[in-house]
Parts: sequence; C-alpha cells; structure tokens
Amino acid sequence: MNRISKKLEENKKLLSIYFTAGYPAIEDTVPVIEALQDSGVDMLEIGLPFSDPLADGPTIQASSTQALKNGMTTEKLFQQLKDIRKTVHIPLIIMGYFNPILQYGVEAFCQKCSDIGIDGLIIPDLPVDVYHEQYQAIFEKHGLINVFLITPQTSEARIRFIDSVSNGFIYMVSSASVTGAKSNFGDAQSEYFERIANMNLKAPQIVGFGISNAETFKAATTHAKGAIIGSAFIKMIQEKGIKGIDAFVKGIQ
Amino acid sequence: MDTYNVNEKGYYGEFGGAYIPEMLYPNVEELRQQYLSIMNEDSFKEEFNQLLKDYVGRPSPLYFAKRLSEKHGAKIYLKREDLNHTGAHKINNTIGQILMAKKLGKKRIIAETGAGQHGVATATVCALMGIDCVVYMGEIDIARQSPNVARMKMLGAEVRPALSGSRTLKDATNEAIRDWINNPVDTHYIIGSAIGPHPYPDMVTRFQSIISEEIKWQLQEKEGRQNPDYVVACIGGGSNAAGTYYHFLDDEKVGIIAVEAAGKGIDSGESAATSVLGKEGIIHGCKTLLMQTPDGQITEPYSISAGLDYPGVGPMHAHLYNSGRGEFFSVTDNDAMKAGLELCKTEGIIPAIESSHALAIFNHKKFNQNDVVVISLSGRGDKDLNTYIDYFDL
Repeated sequence: MNRISKKLEENKKLLSIYFTAGYPAIEDTVPVIEALQDSGVDMLEIGLPFSDPLADGPTIQASSTQALKNGMTTEKLFQQLKDIRKTVHIPLIIMGYFNPILQYGVEAFCQKCSDIGIDGLIIPDLPVDVYHEQYQAIFEKHGLINVFLITPQTSEARIRFIDSVSNGFIYMVSSASVTGAKSNFGDAQSEYFERIANMNLKAPQIVGFGISNAETFKAATTHAKGAIIGSAFIKMIQEKGIKGIDAFVKGIQ
Repeated sequence: MDTYNVNEKGYYGEFGGAYIPEMLYPNVEELRQQYLSIMNEDSFKEEFNQLLKDYVGRPSPLYFAKRLSEKHGAKIYLKREDLNHTGAHKINNTIGQILMAKKLGKKRIIAETGAGQHGVATATVCALMGIDCVVYMGEIDIARQSPNVARMKMLGAEVRPALSGSRTLKDATNEAIRDWINNPVDTHYIIGSAIGPHPYPDMVTRFQSIISEEIKWQLQEKEGRQNPDYVVACIGGGSNAAGTYYHFLDDEKVGIIAVEAAGKGIDSGESAATSVLGKEGIIHGCKTLLMQTPDGQITEPYSISAGLDYPGVGPMHAHLYNSGRGEFFSVTDNDAMKAGLELCKTEGIIPAIESSHALAIFNHKKFNQNDVVVISLSGRGDKDLNTYIDYFDL
C-alpha cells in the first residue's frame, strides 16, 4: 500500500511540510528531510525548483531561484534521494511544475520516483483533464498518487470530477491566492472549509496556502484531514537553518 | 482539409492547450465558454468596428513601396500598422479585449508588458473606458523604457515592477498571472500576444485578424486579386504575425514567412530565435516551442528589439514551423538595423526595430519580379529612437 494512503488512515490531523530542494544550500535536501521526520512531521513535499513558478508567492519564488543558482536540477535531486528510503519512512511527495518533468520525460520521471520510493506528485500546472486523458495510466502503473488542487472558486461539478480522479488526497487551497504565509483565516475561509467538508468527498482534504502557525493549522484542520506549511517554513529555515526545524514543528502541533 | 487554425480543444496541431494551475481555471474557463459568442454579438462587433475606425484610425493603409520594390525586385506592399493610434498593431487587441472585459462584467484590468507597447495600448483603452489598470513590467525593462513608463502613468495606469526571476517580460507575465490568481472575480487579464492558455492565442489572433481582412480587399483594389504570393511578419510572441496570416492560413498558395530575432547570432548565446533554439515545452499555460535549459528551466532570450525577446512563441506559429506551412528565418540585430535604415532612406518611413526584422527578409530570400509580397509594418520607430541613435552614432 502506498505510504500516503496508509498515513491518511491514521486517526490524527496530519502536518505536511513543503520545502524547496537544494535550499538554503545545495546539499541540504537530505538533512532537511531527516530533521523534519525526526521532529514528527507526517508527510513531506519536496519542491523541485522551477525558473517560473507562477502559482507561488515571493517566498517560494526566491527559494526556487536560489536553489537553481545553487545548481539544483532534476537529475541532481534524484541522486540526492537515491538512498532516502534507508533512513526515511514517512510519505514523500515531489511538488514541481510540469515543464521540467516533461523535459525529463513523464514516463522516465515516474519510473525514477517509483525506484527511489517517492509516493506521490503535485504538479500545479498539469490540469486534471490533461492528466486524466494522457498521463493517469503512467502514474498509476508506477504506483504514484497524483494530488490535485481545489480553490474557493472551483465549481462543485469540477470538485466531484477531481475527487473521482484522485487516488490520494485533495489539496485544498485556502483562499484565492498564490502561496504565502498568513496570520489568520477569515469567515470566508471557514465557510469554504465547511462547504467542502459537507460534500463528503471520497478523497480526504489537506489544506494548503496561508498556513503558518498553530492557530492557522488548527483552523484549517477543524474539518480537513491535515494542513501543509510551505512559505512559513522556508522563511524559518532561511533565518535559523536546519537547527530551527524541531522547535518550528513542535510549535505547530 | 487540413487546417492551421485552432481546433475545438484549443490546439494548433500538438501545440496550445491550457496548462494552468487550478486557481486560474474558473477565469480561463469563463472566457473560453464565452469569447466566441460575445465576439459574434452584433453590439460587440459594432462597437469594436466603430472604435477601430474612429479611434484607432483603421483601415490602416496598404502601401505600395515603389522604391523598395525596385531595389529588391518584387512588388512590395507595406501594411501600415505603424499608423495606428499608439503606434503599433497592439491596440487592435486591447480594444477587443477591453470590450470583452466589459461584457464579462470585469471592473479591473491587468496586463504585462516588455518594451511597453502593449502596456501603453492597454493603459490607453482603460483610460478610454474609465477602468482601473495595472501593468506589470520587469524592473530592468522599466529602466530601459522610461518614455513608455511615463506614457502609461500619464494615461492613468499603475506600473508595477516585476522583481522576480530575470525581471523582464517573462517575469512581468508571471506577475500578471499571480495577480489574476489573487483577484479571480473582478479582474480581466489582457494578454498582449498570441500566447498564454487557450482561448487567449485564438482570441488575440481573431482581434488581430483585421490586418489580413483588410489586406484582402485592399489588394483586390490595387492588384485585382485578394491573395498575395507571400505575407511576411516578425515574430516575438507573434500577434502581428498571427493577424497578418489569419485569412491566408489555409490557402497554401500564399507563402507564409516568419522572421525571428537572431540577436547577435543563432549560436552566440544571445538570441531570441525560438523556432531554431527552442524545444517543445510549457510556458505561461501553453504548450509550444520555448527556449530552455536541458533541465526544463526557461532561459532569457536576447534581441536588440525589446518586443521580440520572448522565450516562447505563440502555439499557432510553433505549428506553422513544425508542419512546414510557414517558412522561418532569423535575422540578426545588425541585419535588422540596416533594413530599418534602408526603409527610412528609400520610403521615408522610420520603422520599429521589431518590424525592421521583417524588412530584412530581402537579404535572406530571393523573390520573383512579379511576386506580390505583403510585409506587416507592425510599429513605428519613435520608441526606438535611442536605440537607433546609439547604434548608428547619430
């Protein structure tokens, strides 16, 4: 059974952390993953940096630019991760834009992920329709879970379609925005979280965008299965480095 | 019959589509569902045509360039988009899209700009309609193109610097897309070229297709035939080219010629010749040919002409290239500058440097004496005066 599916069955609210591979320094990828696991994080999204991350706010853009300057490439990331399953047992997801994956070759990319022990992918600019028509069979052949986003503007019919294609969880974007930390959620978010919860979807939902601390984590997971923190984590690691990870994670859960 | 036009799914051959984050889906889908029916409404057509006539100054002349023709041994016609209000073809599209935005009930306009021409054309129509306008422009371009920044400000637009990535056109486009993600309900994004997710390439092409529509009846008046032997246009993203080719796409007797910017030379590392240097990939929501590293990171192109240095190319043109329907040439900075100066001296017309690339075709291809060759003179050279001054040491 895929590690993500198993994790989703656990009777707890899940904390997932996004970080950019090769940031702050090129060889930080594996130490960051290990430190996050040690601090009790449930699941990780490893960001494959892209030159033009158009769904991301300034924090993740800047970390991506830096990671590319550091020399991060798709091949380099796979090399860094080749022995990751010797020490890391939590679910690992690669989050990246479609063009680098297309250049690597979708089939080759999926094969490599499966060899390494990557459990799933999040590709924000690969729409569910294109995935369903062209790539779903390849992903499933390699045992990969593909995660789709929904937003407050996504129609009910489309959410139902996304639910039917999802084989893991649904990434629920908290508000109409690019990625970035917020200090709290308003009434509009609460209504949206409730509306989605009442749809009784097959796939559990994990909330992302705008989660930054214990308060927003709690608000996001009142109805949802878990939450993802990205920009706030990147800001922290930029300031404090790997040694700041444990205190950051313990401050959330 | 083969068609080189867009299919119902938004593809030109294998290029096009809508590779967008879910956050953009409702906006793009709304546009996709409505753009054709809105464009076909009588009230829309009437207002569009009225503005093109009274405000833009259309039809733009189709001018027989006698001395240039004698020099190069062909019957050369210039489609004078440079005579449009704001000085280029860009306004055809922004007039269409501002009317579209109004029909969709949008209250706010965003746009990207590189050299500033599309930004000025957008700021112009927003002033005309009294709608708020934010133009994203790379920080580096803001410094290089200060007169256009001033124009946009005078027209009431807010110019926001794009500070990310390489701080040029592609990053300004990223910032505009991010703004749209953050403002999904009240905002319309006026893309300036035949790029972006479907339906943008087709919508922009249709608004620009007035160029080839006019060429047909103007040529009928002058030559007694509607179709030239060749249509020639420069290509960055490719909106003036798309409009120039549109009504000739599926008539294979009309040769389609595209001229890209080779910059300092194809192999110099400083070039914008996307068809030669690009590979299939995804940029700004569209599958097309684009300049990138082997690892799929998008690279920064170079051309002396700020309007041609886009790392991708519209999906229509990618398909024209791959299918062989279009004949593609790349012209260096030096060739283009010489061709621009030649037009000044033989016809008394100072062209935009973008258009000078199209004019340089005569150094690359030999035509027959009787060939009717229509060249899109997409813009006027006023905005490029500083570049001309520096280059020719005037």
